[in-house]
Amino acid sequence: MTIAPREYDFEAARRRLEAKPKSAGPKLGSLEDAVARVRDGDHLALGGCLYSRTPLALVWALLRRRPTGLTFSRNLLCYEGEWGMVSGAVRKVVTSWMGIGLPWGLSRIQREFVEAGRVEFEEWSHLGLGLRYRAAAMGVPFLPSLTMLGSDLMEVGGSRTVQCPYTGRALHAVPALFPDVALIHVHKADRLGNCRIDGYPHMDADITRAAATVLVTAEEIVPEDEIRRHPDRTVIPGFLVDALAHVPYGSYPHECYGLYDAEPEHFSAYVDAIRERGAAAVAGYLERYVHAPGSHAEYLALFGEPRLAEAAGRARMLTT
Amino acid sequence: MSVTANELLAVMGARELRDDTTVFTGVGAPMMATVLAQRTHAPRLTMMVEGGVIGPMWKPGELPISTNEMRAAYRAQMLPAISDAFLLAQRGFFDVGFIGGAQIDRHGNLNTSAIGGYARPKVRLPGSGGANDIISLCRQVIILTVHEKRRFIERVDFVTSPGYLEGGDSRERAGLLFGGVSRVVTTLGLFGFHPESRRLQLLALHPGATLDQVRENTGFEVLVSPELTTTKPPTDEELSILRMLDPRRQFLG
Repeated sequence: MTIAPREYDFEAARRRLEAKPKSAGPKLGSLEDAVARVRDGDHLALGGCLYSRTPLALVWALLRRRPTGLTFSRNLLCYEGEWGMVSGAVRKVVTSWMGIGLPWGLSRIQREFVEAGRVEFEEWSHLGLGLRYRAAAMGVPFLPSLTMLGSDLMEVGGSRTVQCPYTGRALHAVPALFPDVALIHVHKADRLGNCRIDGYPHMDADITRAAATVLVTAEEIVPEDEIRRHPDRTVIPGFLVDALAHVPYGSYPHECYGLYDAEPEHFSAYVDAIRERGAAAVAGYLERYVHAPGSHAEYLALFGEPRLAEAAGRARMLTT
Repeated sequence: MSVTANELLAVMGARELRDDTTVFTGVGAPMMATVLAQRTHAPRLTMMVEGGVIGPMWKPGELPISTNEMRAAYRAQMLPAISDAFLLAQRGFFDVGFIGGAQIDRHGNLNTSAIGGYARPKVRLPGSGGANDIISLCRQVIILTVHEKRRFIERVDFVTSPGYLEGGDSRERAGLLFGGVSRVVTTLGLFGFHPESRRLQLLALHPGATLDQVRENTGFEVLVSPELTTTKPPTDEELSILRMLDPRRQFLG
């Protein structure tokens, strides 16, 4: 049993939210100011899914601070999970799947760390984890579901069943997951933190309602009037957001729907290096891409302008 | 050119799908099979993809590697949030769940989590992803997999995704009131499940495959239907559609 009781303590989560200022004022600041709100030992829920709209700039800025004792939860965890393990920042992972994708095979870092018991790995079904965030977003300690029943996944986290008071049927009581911090990357936001997402919504809306603190990066900061002209497009209201930073290419080299495509060749080079040198390759990657650049713009410069422009061109082709 | 394993799986998988149905489909061979069905006998089939995609019309040569990248969403009718996509399945909107290879046992249980003990596994696998949800929530489930002895084992080490559990009515008793695995399509043949024991049962052999080959590549006793038949070989039309969709053979092998 690995579910932490504080993850589903809906009363404590509610009181924590009630005690927090929920300002309609400006949230815009630096990437560094945003991640300074993360404390060692926090549970961080990451938005996006696999290599789509990953809050990579936030993870990048966070790891530069060399945090420890963190939990990462994410529905499908990509290589940022490997970064967390190898850097020593993460002690527990909550996910339904980890890897990059079929062409890149099993995650050697996941294998190394989980097989040796160096990291706690709590596995849910994809919907199971989604309902954990959804229950928290609804402010309740669990949600009844038919998923995961009968499987050995029920034993992993310590899931329980509940008898329906009306029909008598047994249902999976999926426990809520109230993260300390949500890391989210969006397409557009105004300076007050009202956010708009294009394309895949993933689980981001639920995560922003479930977490105690919400950190957002946006590809573009738009005038407040632009948000007010299309309020139906707002998926995260500003008063949910604690800190906002303007970071173009904030998911790169993962994709951001309509704006830039992912870089499978970069993933392949990363995986090839791990095949040759194991976890040391990830440590070397982090040194080169995370710690060495002086700013996120310098990080992007390691990829180069032509590559960024090509990724943008592919995205346009795939969404028009 | 000869037919590859993935081409055979896609063709045989496609033939199991019906028109006017809804299919929750996984990446790889299942998605190839689903698109092939749409382009042959099932033009009114709606496809859902795990990342939260309803009714895409994928671009030939630009098939998705993941279920939640832009290629998977190409010309979709709707992009729901992922939990909402799965909840459509829990509500009962999906006739078929269509998933790919894994370790599978004689009752159709799948393991994509860990080989050896779970806590300190010999091999840690990626995990469930949406496979557990698809197999738990769709009305019928079709599994497509390469037929190898290391995959077809007596009892999986860990039930990531429940088929018929210990057989008989154990799936229903576990609270899985709906659905179940209906077909397992392999590179050697087509399997169903015995109605009482819920054990895998060979229904048909693919052209050129023999019963001995099936037995040699299966880690448990193979039940054979008394009405064993042979499937029809892939047609030129089926193969040319698949090859048009995947000219770089990323998925066809």
